[in-house]
Amino acid sequence: MDERIRDDFPILRRHEHGKPLVYLDSAATSMKPSAVIEAEADFYRESYANVRRGVYELAAAATDLYEGARAKVASFIGARPDEVVFTRGTTEALNLAAWGLGETHVDPGDEVLVTEMEHHANLLPWQEMARRQGAHLRAAAVTQDGELDRDDLRRKLSPRTKVLALAHVSNVLGTVNPVVEIAAEAHRAGAVVVVDAAQSVPHMPVDVRELGADLVAFSGHKMLGPTGIGILWGRNDLLSELPPLLTGGEMVREVWLNWATWDDPPARFEGGTPPIAQAIGLGAAVDYLRAIGMDEVRRHGEKLTALALDGLLGRPHVTVYGPRDPKARGALVSFALAGIHPHDVATLLDQEGIAIRAGHHCAQPLHRRFGIPASCRASFHVYTTPDEVEHFLAALDRAWEALR
Amino acid sequence: MTGYEEVILDHWRHPRHKGRLPDPTGSAIEANPLCGDVVRLEVRVEGGTIADARFSGEGCAISQAAASLLTELIVGKPVAEVEKMKDEDLLSALGGVVRTRLSCALLPLRALRKALASGAQRTSPPGEV
Repeated sequence: MDERIRDDFPILRRHEHGKPLVYLDSAATSMKPSAVIEAEADFYRESYANVRRGVYELAAAATDLYEGARAKVASFIGARPDEVVFTRGTTEALNLAAWGLGETHVDPGDEVLVTEMEHHANLLPWQEMARRQGAHLRAAAVTQDGELDRDDLRRKLSPRTKVLALAHVSNVLGTVNPVVEIAAEAHRAGAVVVVDAAQSVPHMPVDVRELGADLVAFSGHKMLGPTGIGILWGRNDLLSELPPLLTGGEMVREVWLNWATWDDPPARFEGGTPPIAQAIGLGAAVDYLRAIGMDEVRRHGEKLTALALDGLLGRPHVTVYGPRDPKARGALVSFALAGIHPHDVATLLDQEGIAIRAGHHCAQPLHRRFGIPASCRASFHVYTTPDEVEHFLAALDRAWEALR
Repeated sequence: MTGYEEVILDHWRHPRHKGRLPDPTGSAIEANPLCGDVVRLEVRVEGGTIADARFSGEGCAISQAAASLLTELIVGKPVAEVEKMKDEDLLSALGGVVRTRLSCALLPLRALRKALASGAQRTSPPGEV
């Protein structure tokens, strides 16, 4: 990766506590290149209007930009534009999926299967849906090595399983789950497969058809795009069966005082004025990532992860969670220092301008599985440099010396 | 580096009054479920004065050091005075705490306030929580 890429991200010139910012929390949210910031600002400055409703030229221009962003995202993931629903983020996308599948696919006594490594965003919507439908929520186990326990998952898949929801890449362990194989197994059992791709689409080439899932959710803000915009991709025939989560303006065909008919997907799921500028900003983020090339993005992530893993595993007081092989991981590493609380590590690193995450990363059941209240996490994106990872490892040694 | 003042590091490495009181008149546990910090504070009040105090628990350096320092600050003091203790008093005794970690530093003070309130109504030692 060309280090000049950092010039594209104005926030990376920031200092914390007098030290240059070393931002290692891209799994929580990524920084934005000027191209994204300007795309949003330009839309407000030059082409702003509401979409899909005005008969005047400006509204048509705004609609073209909004639908153009949808087409960019669709092409980025190997999909058709009518299969790409704009949501507020992964959380809303998964709630939409859980709501719709609950209403149409899940009856009392049925089962919904998740895994122990899910982010709360891919757990709580299924908990709530199972409760509403009188179904049972089950969870496939995670091994001590941080891999999905495939045998346990097979045991828990049955004709009663109506939905399997799982992460493509774990936001804590970094584990890349073999979704292609698992989706095939789940389909043989008759389940709909929903994938939380929030940590994969921003970091590696993802083709939703090759993935073999039925619904795939991800966020704009983790892939260099704006906040407030996310995607639910779905096979068009499946989306056509699902009811909307939000009802209101612009998602209907015919409205009477006591009934209405829904529009086709994706409009059916985009009630109200959508995040138009954010969608356009996401389109610019997709352009930016494609210009680098997702294979190159992935190579860079693997290189940094290998460097971090190597450094962490070489320190006997450090415990690393998840797979040891960088090729089996997303661009993140979670770890702990013996006897030191993760929040102390993060606070000490912050004094050196280094931003890492400490806490349960919205995955409390997974931390409970490993018997820890919290962990530290360093995560990377295209603007992260090997020097920053080395700097982080050296600062970690100073934190260890300060608190051991 | 540290950013952790010497007083925090000292109390973290050498905690004072750590353990359990056999005969507390007041006891309370406060926890921060988000980070797993837990502090139990026990006090024995005699004649309106805090005759003894102990803390136990686990968590980050800041919460545990703050608990240790707090017990040092209150033992031998009149309850009426301790009840007037403000958040800022503990924070400044700690030498200052970064704003992202205030809830850790103040966890023991919350436990102390609950312990003193529990002691007012309770005559027998509280059971395990």
